[in-house]
Order: sequence, then structure tokens, then C-alpha cells
Amino acid sequence: MKHILSQHLGKRSSLIPFLQDIQKEFGYLSTKAIDELSRSTDISANEIYGVATFYTQFRFSPPGEHTVRVCQGTACHVRRGRQILNEVEQQLKIKAGQTTEDRKFDLERVACLGCCALAPVVVVDDKVHARMTAKKISSVLSQYKGRQTRKK
Amino acid sequence: MTSLQEAFTKARIQWDKLQDSKVPIFFVGAATCGRAAGASEMLERLRGYIKAKSVDALVIEVGCLGLCYLEPLVIVHKPGAPRVCYGNVGPDEIIAILENHVLGNDPCAQWALGKVTAGELEGIGDFNEHPMLRRQVRRILRNCGLIDPENSYHYLARDGYRGFLKALEIGPGKTLEEVKASGLRGRGGAGFPTWRKWQFCRNAPGETKYLICNADEGDPGAFMNRSLIEGDPHAVLEGVLIAGFTLGASQGYIYCRAEYPLAIHRLELAIGQMRELGLLGENIQASGFSFDLTIKKGAGAFVCGEETALIASIEGGRGMPRPRPPFPAESGLWGKPTVIQNVESLGNLPLILNNGAKWYAQYGSESSKGTKTFALAGKVERTGLVEVPLGITLKDVIYDIGGGIPSDKVLKAVQTGGPSGGCIPAEKMDLTVDYESLTEAGSIMGSGGMIVLDEDNCMVDIAKYFLSFTQEESCGKCPPCRVGTRAMLSILERISAGEGEMADLDKLETIAQTVKDGSLCGLGQTAPNPVLTTLRYFRKEYEDHIEKCRCPAFVCSQMISYHIDRDRCTGCGACARICPVKAISGEAKKPHVIDQHVCIHCGACLSTCPDVYAAVYRRSGELTRYEARREKRDKTN
Repeated sequence: MKHILSQHLGKRSSLIPFLQDIQKEFGYLSTKAIDELSRSTDISANEIYGVATFYTQFRFSPPGEHTVRVCQGTACHVRRGRQILNEVEQQLKIKAGQTTEDRKFDLERVACLGCCALAPVVVVDDKVHARMTAKKISSVLSQYKGRQTRKK
Repeated sequence: MTSLQEAFTKARIQWDKLQDSKVPIFFVGAATCGRAAGASEMLERLRGYIKAKSVDALVIEVGCLGLCYLEPLVIVHKPGAPRVCYGNVGPDEIIAILENHVLGNDPCAQWALGKVTAGELEGIGDFNEHPMLRRQVRRILRNCGLIDPENSYHYLARDGYRGFLKALEIGPGKTLEEVKASGLRGRGGAGFPTWRKWQFCRNAPGETKYLICNADEGDPGAFMNRSLIEGDPHAVLEGVLIAGFTLGASQGYIYCRAEYPLAIHRLELAIGQMRELGLLGENIQASGFSFDLTIKKGAGAFVCGEETALIASIEGGRGMPRPRPPFPAESGLWGKPTVIQNVESLGNLPLILNNGAKWYAQYGSESSKGTKTFALAGKVERTGLVEVPLGITLKDVIYDIGGGIPSDKVLKAVQTGGPSGGCIPAEKMDLTVDYESLTEAGSIMGSGGMIVLDEDNCMVDIAKYFLSFTQEESCGKCPPCRVGTRAMLSILERISAGEGEMADLDKLETIAQTVKDGSLCGLGQTAPNPVLTTLRYFRKEYEDHIEKCRCPAFVCSQMISYHIDRDRCTGCGACARICPVKAISGEAKKPHVIDQHVCIHCGACLSTCPDVYAAVYRRSGELTRYEARREKRDKTN
């Protein structure tokens, strides 16, 4: 935390990069981190929350082990991306924006990942899975479910 | 630091050597889209093989060639033979190409798309004659897929930074004249003449001026800027330099989406290389022009693509727009004159300076000059990144370049301009692609998203889709946008749930007009476009939804019911097993029945029923005569 704070001191315009660095380091913006940031930058915690909640990138609870992002961009939508999302929601038994109970998976819906020609796409962590179908999705997810991976 | 002249010479030598390389080279398309299609696995296999068998060969990762539907793409250089581009190259294919073509005598024509360089090779035609490329004019994308984006020498050898040097030579005044003569208009969507924006900024009082490159490509369904930055970052950065020099700016910012990690990485690398070459910093190339560049990562807010919201975000606040005037060109970032330019507009500048305005304006229509990149996606055979001269017809783009609609379906509409644009119906495909005619049709050019829709797409659903996007992304500052988008969305939701009334259509139109007229920024002013165009061209479909509770495209799930044909069902039970709500019952080997009160209309039964039986069918709205008869018979049974 100290290391991040020392990097871009002083400028109000550094607030977003600050928050991005904190999230990169800790995975989310904890109350403690924001308080600390507020103390050392002289920006009130209220104001920091005001900025942080405006942007979809920031989260305020610890993330799950894997992040599943289902693209809901236009190209994915017209190729039935919604069905893919429904299927993932059913399989993980959570809704978009939630984390599974075992903290294994986060599910997010994103507006566009820029791989429209390969629609519909699902991104798990940083790996893009292209031309997804409701049938293919379970084998993709099982790659990340600890037990099955070890069996292989 | 190497002097730029020295670098030019070295780059030339390196590039020439690469062209006549004595060792084989694999140019692998490894932009985000290529990687998604499996380029990473293929690269791993290729590198592993080369290492294990100690083959003397080079592997270079390049950007996107634009034929995304054929990814992963590889261009193979074999000494003494013309370079060949291959498509759909997986790990097995690449090894086959290496063994048979590079090390053997079989050019693997079955995967070849064409020859990239001159020469003869049996069974392989010219790459430029590929149907997707024939009608394209690749100027902005000239280097994408052909150079190593992480090697500045490749860009230098391809006339890189010559445009900037030209600008330094002729001075800012003449540079502005040249850009004016070229007729370049902003590629972000609105099409404001670039030179005029610059003029405002130059005339604005004050010493400190800023230039911002808007790489916050937020439109869902658009990836032109990502591809350009990933494939040829220096082209954009040279444009930034030219614009910065003309404006007399001292500091530039690149505001890039955080969702594009590879693009950000390549920009960072390229900026470092510019510093090495003396193209950034104090007194650049002894011209007296000092300029520096910073990358700002966006944090995920669509509205930040709007100029004033983007500025607020760079300043570290909530990315909310403010009323204009004053325009950013007069009072922008920290109250200083600021010009915000789209990635592609900047990418055009080196071309204009290097080749002259006249050359640039060869292509295009009366009022829209040059070429434009489009992200062609949706229900079209050949999806990808295309660059076409402005003034081409939509039909040419979709049929000649895109290869038409897959699976013998019928074209219904083309959506341009993302959430700010509209749907242009199939009968208007003779429309030319330029700023004016697209606006007249109720859509906009936008930044270049072009989504093709076919008969399986419901227009009410498309309008609802875009509205739910803009409603979610509305920053909430001004009521017309905040309340209006929500009101429109709830009406659309009602209609697609089968609870609409005819009066809703007039209501929709009134609200849409109010939001258009009353919103503070571009997001709200254009948000009603998808609704207005679908109402204008597809009113019948709305009426079907309302009056007959019928969705002709079978998309609005509440209006679809699923049934099992008793004569065809053998009772295999596949549908009953997949049904998530256990709505299907029946004895084994006897016809099953769907309980309509339990069914959630997910359609799983329809896609699961084996093709040989095809017993599950769906319907929407009124019954066909055949269905009515069967219904009656089912009842009597």
C-alpha cells in the first residue's frame, strides 16, 4: 500500500490510477485501503467512493478465484450471447455480478471485449474462449473447477 | 539515443534483410482476436517444434489482418518462394505447413488464402484477390498484420514518421492547410471537420494546450481502434505528434480502455521507443517543439467516450459530461484549450502529410473523404475488420466484402454506429456509406461498428438491447437521459413481454424525441436512435408484438410457446432430462407433454430433441392453420 501511495503523490488526477493500482494489488478496494488513501491524499473518503462507484471496473468485495466474464456486446447479443449468460448463471448457480459460495468463480457481464468477429465470447481470467455455445460452456468451466483439472 | 536518421538507415537494412530472409519466417497474427481464436496454442506448438528439432526459423507476432473469421492467420516466408497467407491455422496445421511447405515441396494449398508477395506458386492465387480484400482499400490498416508492432524499425522502414518530419518542415500553419485540403472529418462518429476543431484550439488564448487521443472504444460491437493500436501503434502515435505539433500542445494523453490490455502494453512499448528515437521530450528533432505523452487507463464507463466526460475522468473525477459551450477546444482539460481526437482520425494524419491531401482525397464522396475502417460482425459470412473508401454502398460491404448472410437466411437490417446509431433496413442497402446519407437514414456513421442482422433477429429486442445498454451507462446527470432512457426501456420491456398497447408506440416516439432534444451530451442525444429507426422501418414488427403477441423472429421468449408433436415423439426422454424446470413429463417410449404453466420458454427442449425425431416445435402468436388443426385434434384425443 505504501509503495502504491508513494508512486503518484500529490495530484488529484492520480486518483483513478491510485484506485486501479490498489485493486490490482489487493483484488478489490477495501474500506481500510480507501481510508488510508483518503488520509494520505487529503481527498475525503466520500469523494473517493463517489469516483470509485462511478466506474464499473472497481469492486468493493474480495474477488473469487476465477473471473468469468460473459460478453453482452452487440455482436454477441445477436448471436445469442444472452443464452450463454443464462447457461453460465445456471451452471454456477449465481447471477451476474455475484461470486459463488466457494469463492471459486466471479461472474460478470461486460459490454464488449472487442472480439466481435468471434462472437459469442466468454473470458475466463485472461483467456478468451471464442464461438461459445451453450453446450461448450460446461467443458470450459470444468477446466477451472479444481477437481476435474487434477484428474486430467 | 540513436539519431532518427541513423535509425532510418538501420531500419531500412533490417527490413530489406527481412524481405529477402534466408531463413523461413512465420508471421503469426496474435492480436486479441487471433489469440482468442487459438493463436497462442499454435504459437506454443510452433516454438516448441522449432526448438526441439532445431529448425532454423523465425517467428514474429504481428497484428490483425482483418480476416477475423479465418483466424488464426499466418503468413509464411520461405526463402526463394512467394510469401503465402494461411487461414484457420491450428497447432496441427502449422506443423504440417512447416514440414510440408517450408521444409518440403508441398505449399499446402488447401489452407492457403493467397500469395502476399509476387511470384508463382502452384494452386495459390493472389492474397489481394481474396473476396474479402478485393474491394477494400487498406490505407490506415496498411501495416496491420504485416509488421511487428513491437519493433519500431518495421514502422520506420514503412515510411514511418515521415509525415511528422514533413509537418516539422512545413510548419503548423501549412500542416493545418494540408489537413483542411484533405477533407478529413472526425472518425469518432460525429464527423466534425478536423481542421476546424484545430483552428478553434489554435485561436484560443493561452500558452498551454492539450491533445487527447480518445481510445475509449466503448461501443459494443466495435473493435477498429483496438486492432489498429495492436497492429500498428506507431501510426497512431505519429498522428498524435502531428496533431500536437499543429496545435502547439505540450502534453498529450491517450485515454485507453482498461479492457484492452494488449493495446495498452503495445502503446507503452511504442512510447518508450519514441523516446529512444528522440520523438518525445524537449526540443524534438531540434525543431523547438516539445511534447510528452501519458497513457490514462479508463475504468469502464461508456459515457467517458464523450469529450467532456473524458476530460472529467482524466482530471480524476466522476466521468460526467458538462454543458457545451465552452467547447473543449476553448476550455477543456484543467480549463485549457484541448483537442480530443479519435484513434482513427489520428491514424489518418501520417498518410495525409506523407502523401499529400490530393492523394488522400482520391477516395470518398463529395463531403466525406478518404477511407474508413469498419468492424463487420453479426450475421455475415466473412466477419472482420475492413477498410473501405467512403461512398461505397452498404450492399457492397455486406455482400461483396462480407460474403452475404450465412445459412441461406435473409438480410433484415444493418446496425451502424452502436448504441448511438440505428438500424437500416434491407431495402435501403443501396445507401452509400458517408456521414450525410447515414444520418439521413436515421442512423449515424459512428466509430465503425457494423452489425448485420438477419431474419432471426427481433427488432424490438435489438432496440431493447441498446436501450438497456444506454440506460445502464447513462451517468444520471441530466433528467432527460436518466429518466427518459428508463421510461423507454420499460415500455420496450413491456412490449417484448407481450403486455404492450398500441398507445405505447406514440408514447415511445414522444419520449424519444424529448430525450434527443433535451439531453446534455451525445450519449443521451443519440440514445433514442435505435428506437426511432426501428419504429420507422419496422413498425409492423412492433404492432405484431402488441396486437398478436407474436415475435416473428422467435426471440422474445415470453411470446414463444414450445410444444411436442405427438406423432413424432418417441418418448426418448432427452427433453425431459434437459428441462431446467421439469416441465416435461411422459412415460418412457410414449409421447411427452410440456406443461405450459411451468415452462419458462428457455428452448432447451427444442435444441435437444434429436434431429431424426424433430418432435419439439415452437410457435409465437396466432396459430397457423396446420397448428390449429393439430391443437384441436390433440384436445379431442
